[in-house]
Amino acid sequence: MSEQLIDGQTGSWEIVVGLEIHAQAITQAKLFSGAATEFGAAANTQVSLVDAAMPGMLPVINMECVHQAIRSGLGLKAKINLHSVFDRKNYFYPDLPQGYQISQFKQPIIGEGCVSIETEEGGIKEIGVERLHLEQDAGKSVHDRHPRKTYIDLNRSGVGLMEIVSKPDIRSAEEAAAYVTKVRAILRYIGTCDGNMEEGSLRADVNVSVRRPGEDLGTRCEIKNVNSIRFVRMAVEIEARRQVDLIEAGGTVDQETRLFDPDRGETRTMRSKEEAHDYRYFPDPDLLPLEFDQALVDQLAAELPELPDEKYARFVANHGLSEYDARVLIDDRETADFFERTLTDGESKRDPKIAANWIVTELFGALNAADRSIQNSPISSAQLGGLLDLIADGTISGRIAKEVFTEMFNTGSDAGMIVKAKGLEQISDTGEIEAIIAKIIADSPDQADQYRSGNEKIAGWFVGQTMKASQGRANPGMVNKILKAKLK
Amino acid sequence: MADYELTDLTIAAARTGLRNRDFSSVELVQAHIDAGEAARDLNAYITPTPERAQTMAAAADAALASDEAGMLTGIPIAVKDLFCTQGVATTAASHILEGFIPPYESSVTANLWRQGGVMLGKANLDEFAMGSANVTSYYGTVTNPWQATSGPLKGKDLVPGGSSGGSASAVASRIAMGAVGTDTGGSIRQPASFCGVVGMKPTYGRCSRWGTIAFASSLDQAGPLTRSVEDAAIMLGAMAGHDPKDSTSVDIDVPDYQAGLRASVKGLKVGIPKEYRVDDMPPEIDALWQAGAEWLRQAGAEIVEISLPLTKYALPCYYIVAPAEASSNLARYDGIRYGLRVDGKDLVDTYEGTRAAGFGDEVQRRIMIGTYVLSSGYYDAYYLKAQKVRTRIAEDFRAVFTECDVLLTPTAPSSAFAIGEKMDDPIAMYLNDIFTVPASMAGLPALSLPAGLDAQGLPLGLQLIGQAFDEARLLSVAQSLETAAAFDKRPIRSGAA
Repeated sequence: MSEQLIDGQTGSWEIVVGLEIHAQAITQAKLFSGAATEFGAAANTQVSLVDAAMPGMLPVINMECVHQAIRSGLGLKAKINLHSVFDRKNYFYPDLPQGYQISQFKQPIIGEGCVSIETEEGGIKEIGVERLHLEQDAGKSVHDRHPRKTYIDLNRSGVGLMEIVSKPDIRSAEEAAAYVTKVRAILRYIGTCDGNMEEGSLRADVNVSVRRPGEDLGTRCEIKNVNSIRFVRMAVEIEARRQVDLIEAGGTVDQETRLFDPDRGETRTMRSKEEAHDYRYFPDPDLLPLEFDQALVDQLAAELPELPDEKYARFVANHGLSEYDARVLIDDRETADFFERTLTDGESKRDPKIAANWIVTELFGALNAADRSIQNSPISSAQLGGLLDLIADGTISGRIAKEVFTEMFNTGSDAGMIVKAKGLEQISDTGEIEAIIAKIIADSPDQADQYRSGNEKIAGWFVGQTMKASQGRANPGMVNKILKAKLK
Repeated sequence: MADYELTDLTIAAARTGLRNRDFSSVELVQAHIDAGEAARDLNAYITPTPERAQTMAAAADAALASDEAGMLTGIPIAVKDLFCTQGVATTAASHILEGFIPPYESSVTANLWRQGGVMLGKANLDEFAMGSANVTSYYGTVTNPWQATSGPLKGKDLVPGGSSGGSASAVASRIAMGAVGTDTGGSIRQPASFCGVVGMKPTYGRCSRWGTIAFASSLDQAGPLTRSVEDAAIMLGAMAGHDPKDSTSVDIDVPDYQAGLRASVKGLKVGIPKEYRVDDMPPEIDALWQAGAEWLRQAGAEIVEISLPLTKYALPCYYIVAPAEASSNLARYDGIRYGLRVDGKDLVDTYEGTRAAGFGDEVQRRIMIGTYVLSSGYYDAYYLKAQKVRTRIAEDFRAVFTECDVLLTPTAPSSAFAIGEKMDDPIAMYLNDIFTVPASMAGLPALSLPAGLDAQGLPLGLQLIGQAFDEARLLSVAQSLETAAAFDKRPIRSGAA
């Protein structure tokens, strides 16, 4: 624990963080209306009468959102509440047409759960999930289109969000980042949220407080709408430092809502406690309590895909991967799927460790350099499998394979075609290798004498020469064997 | 020309006349339009729609000619201006909805038009249905077509009750054959009682709330105002039904109410809740109540005294729950998207200016009450407590319905009062709903029918309260009571007669 403390002028401080993640549920329609949810549509083109809060309009629950919340709850190993209640959270704002947000206050659809994260020391830590509830998103206020006016885009108004509230179990900026990363991965695995933080489909409110180790919780500040994992890390660091400096200078932390400004590297007051809204929550009388059977939960649980933690365990146990490779590969579902497809696509089965190694080092390196994601990798899993086959059956050497890989990445061609076109097949014909070696020995009598007089290290020089003469194609194992025999 | 006034017909009689080709819907509707013109000073309509009415009447005549008539084909109906009507200004009697023309039709009115009904216009009401005298409308007070024939009220204009005051006044004065109103705490039954017509609030969930401007969502329910129980049965049958667009609408069959009207009350148990005998109730109302019980006894029902001990808490609880919901429901009227906007120096100024100018005093009072009872620190003591009491009130009703089939009570503690009375005393005004609110809090169907006149010559109503979704029985008991009461009086202001 001690390594997580941060130092102040007067001693060490412990950071306490709780996170509220707002994840947009992947659904065709909004939480209580039939309007579409697609990102990037022209302003106010995805707005139903309900979303615009026209007089007399009523909400009707979209059960697909409920299913997504249940799936997410299962992914968070949480209690699924068969009975939950929608409440109204009342406040005025132009992008909130109803004058209230329909949310769940006292009785959320999902109760306590947990998420395990990897700590910096490589251990596993469980972060408690307090709850997940369903709520409506607000619209968008656009302030920069007109000097005096604000424009309102209601496309997002009423979109279904899952708010995932953690317990205050997080103790560092790194843990906060790891938690968001993990929750995001789980939701993406299950397909309940695309996790796209740039488009705002996943964002976090970060609650930060500091205290002396062992003391009671300090006063917290809530930093609203942090929209990248990097910013989550930065916001925790900067806010914790601000609070420590403030307290050590004799001040006190005010409970308030703050804004994170990544450009200036600071948080600043958005709303003080005095300005805080009294949301006047009460059960929405337009909606009945949300009720469903355990059978629905069981059915969704049965359809749930393998989750990151289980996949990790299986990759280590069944595929014999290193913990590092397994962790990197399960990081998102596309990568894990790519890996498993690489093992089986095509005719043969491939060695998992070798496949993992190629993906983690070569493919990731190339993708990073080209700033591409695995979804649009120029080399498909089947193509990578084909390359591994050529190595496995001795057609090409590992060294040649890297050359072929680069060519595949640049052209999108199959490994076999490249090897054939460039004549890169490994030379495993004894006679051919013998001929090359015979010529080298004949051309290098001095080195041959040194070897024969006991300098066995010079064998390496002969191997190098042989590979060079064969343009790297000679089978290295055979080269060694034949050299030893010839030099005797 | 027939030897009767077309505007005097009941819906049931008019349907027969239309089918027999005694007159056309165009003629029937025109008679009502003309009567409405002559009675404009009642201020029963905010927006009359004579052209639309005649277009719909012509279509109704065509449907009748090809034998494709629905339950209400050709029948002219007034629509409380709380129902959104496509292409027709919908105001909720509030300045804040200035200029609002809905691009959609409420489910209830759509059902009426699907059955061939003809819209005469949008009837006046208390602003956002908040009131018991129809004196809070931005579009002016509605006048009751009845006048006192003796006593201190003689010669004074009287209130029609509220909030469906325009609807009740229109039906009583024969300028609409029937009307569709809404009842939150008595807003159909109390004006029906004041205007001497039949008014029914069905079970909560029986009629869709979609497209009806919300006052208190957990209480609001649409219902008919008519001049006979049979007409109420016909209209309810046309309005009711499950609507997937309203999550609180209930998916159960709508029986043929009209066919069930003749069911005998023989052997039925009629409960008389003793708690409805309030201290300062006029003796004439008590006498009429006893007469009502006697009529039902003579028709073969058994009269049983029952107890609803929580009755006295219903009204205070209602005035917590209803304003709480209203304070939230009315938040959408913010001047941003539709209706009135009073531009201010900034956003908050715009909100405040718009809502101060747009909402009348009573609406503002209820928004403030509602905001207060939901505030942090007060929620448990007010809203939560009121909801708990509400649950107990519903349990009380369930319990007494193991002892009896329907309840008989007065509808209101008085007959109509003069316009301007009780204006400065909200509590006195709220007490108008003392007998109607309990059934609302329990979500039960209830009906008011005219049963007699008081000494001033003003109508008094009796209320029947039924079990949830048991409207058919409620209507058949009402039919029996109506026959026995033989109420045949008509207001001074009612067309040619």
